[in-house]
Amino acid sequence: MTSPHSAVGAPATRPALILDALGKKCPIPIIMLADRIRDVRVGQTIAVLADDPAAKTDLPAWCALKSQEFIRADDLAAEPDPFGGPPRTGWSFLVRRSY
Amino acid sequence: MAYFDAASAEPLHPHAREALLAALADGWADPARLYREGRQARLLLDQARESVAAELGCRPDELSFTGSGTQAVHMAVLGAVQARQSASRGPGHLVASAVEHSSVLNAADWLSRQHGTAVTITGVDTLGRVSLDEFAAALTPGADAARTLLACLQAANHEVGTVQPVDQAAQQCAERGVPLLVDAGASAGRLPVPAGWSLLAASARKWGGPAGVGVLAVRKGVRWREPLPADDRENHRVPGFPNVPAVLAAAAALTAMGRERVASGGALRALTDRIRATVPELVPDAVVHGDPDLRLPHIVTFSCLYVDGEALVTELDKAGFSVSSGSACASATWQPSHVLAAMGVLTHGNVRVSLPRGATAESVAEFLAVLPSIVGTVRETMRAASGS
Repeated sequence: MTSPHSAVGAPATRPALILDALGKKCPIPIIMLADRIRDVRVGQTIAVLADDPAAKTDLPAWCALKSQEFIRADDLAAEPDPFGGPPRTGWSFLVRRSY
Repeated sequence: MAYFDAASAEPLHPHAREALLAALADGWADPARLYREGRQARLLLDQARESVAAELGCRPDELSFTGSGTQAVHMAVLGAVQARQSASRGPGHLVASAVEHSSVLNAADWLSRQHGTAVTITGVDTLGRVSLDEFAAALTPGADAARTLLACLQAANHEVGTVQPVDQAAQQCAERGVPLLVDAGASAGRLPVPAGWSLLAASARKWGGPAGVGVLAVRKGVRWREPLPADDRENHRVPGFPNVPAVLAAAAALTAMGRERVASGGALRALTDRIRATVPELVPDAVVHGDPDLRLPHIVTFSCLYVDGEALVTELDKAGFSVSSGSACASATWQPSHVLAAMGVLTHGNVRVSLPRGATAESVAEFLAVLPSIVGTVRETMRAASGS
C-alpha cells in the first residue's frame, strides 16, 4: 500500500490508464476522459484523478450519459502522500470502458 | 434580445410599478402612528396584507412582511425550531430535502452549528422529486434520537422546476405532529399554493414585485418564537417597519399574476416545452433536466457536455440573452448547484432559462437558433484549452 497509485485499487482492478486532471476545472477532466476512453480496450479501466468539486457529480453523470461503467470514486485524502506531503484533495474515479 | 432569468427576478409588473409610484406619495409615513399620514400608511399596509393573504391562502394576521424571501425562510426555520427546543428538552432534529433553496439549507446548517440541532437531508430522484419514503422515514428517527421539530419541503424547485409532492408530505408531517415549512418562493403567483403547510415563505421579486419584500406566514396554532430581538412590528414577528410602498407594489403584482396565472402559465409552458424538445435535437450531447410535466411553467434547465457554464452564459449574454447557470464556474462559491448534484445529473455546461411573463415565441425561436453554434464555439475553445 505504498505505491503512489494504491488509491486506484488492488492489482485486480489496476487501471490500464491513469489520467491526471488534478488542478483542472470542469469540464476539462471530463473532456480528457472522453478523449482517451478509446485508448484502453473494452473491459479495461481508466482512473481519472480530479479535484474540481463538480467532478464528483459529473464523472458518474458522463458515464450514465455515455453508457460507460462508473465503478467508484476513491477519496485521495484517505491515502497518505507517499512523499510525506500534505493530504491530497480530490478523488480517483474508476471507469470501465463498456463498448 | 431577451431577458430569460425570471426565476432570479421577474421584471416589475406594470401594476406593481403603478402601485409603487402611488404609494410613494401616500404610504411613506409610519403606519404605527395615530395621525392622518400614519393612518393612511397603515390602511395601505393592511390592504396589501389582506390581498396577499387571500392569494396565498392564509389569514391576514398569519402573514408578516420581511425584507426578502431569504429572510422569511430564515425567520420561519429559526422561529419554529427555537420555539420547540425547550419543550423537546434538547436542540432537536430538522428534516429538509436536498434540493431546497440555499436559504433553507443555510438556516439548517446555522442551527446545527449554533445549537447542535441534528439535520437530515433527504434525497431526490433524477427528476429532482423528493422521495416520500425517505422523507417519512426521516421524520421519525430512532427511539434515542432527537425529536423532529421541523420539516422543510419546497412547493417547486427554483432550478429545474420540478413540483414536489407537498400534499403527501404534509400528510406525513401531520400524522407525526411535525410542522412543515413550505418554501413557495419559486411557485407563488404561478401555481396554486399547496395546502397543509404550517409555515410558508415567499419572495415578491420572484412574482413581479419589487426586491426587498418577502412573506412569512405562520398558521394559527403553530408554535413560533421570534428569533431576532423583540419588536412590536409585523405582529411581533419581523423587526423594523416594512417598506410600505414596496409592499403595496408586491401585493399588486401578486394579484395581477394570480389573475393571469392560467393564461400566462399556459403560454409559458408551451414555450418551455418547445425548448425542452428542441435543445436535445439541435445540440449534440445536451440533456434537459427535471420533470417534463409536473413542473413550473416558466423554467427549463439543461446541461451541455464539454463546455463550461460561465462561458455559455457569457456568450449568450453577448448574443442578447440573459440566462443563469448552475455550473460551478458560474457560481460565487465555485461549487456546482447543490440541486443538480443531488439529482446526480450533469452540472457543467448548465443553462437555466426562466421566461418572464410576455416572453414571445419569436425570442425563444431566436434563442434556439443561436444556441447550437454558441455551444459549438465554446466546445472548440474548451477542447483547445484541454490540450487535446
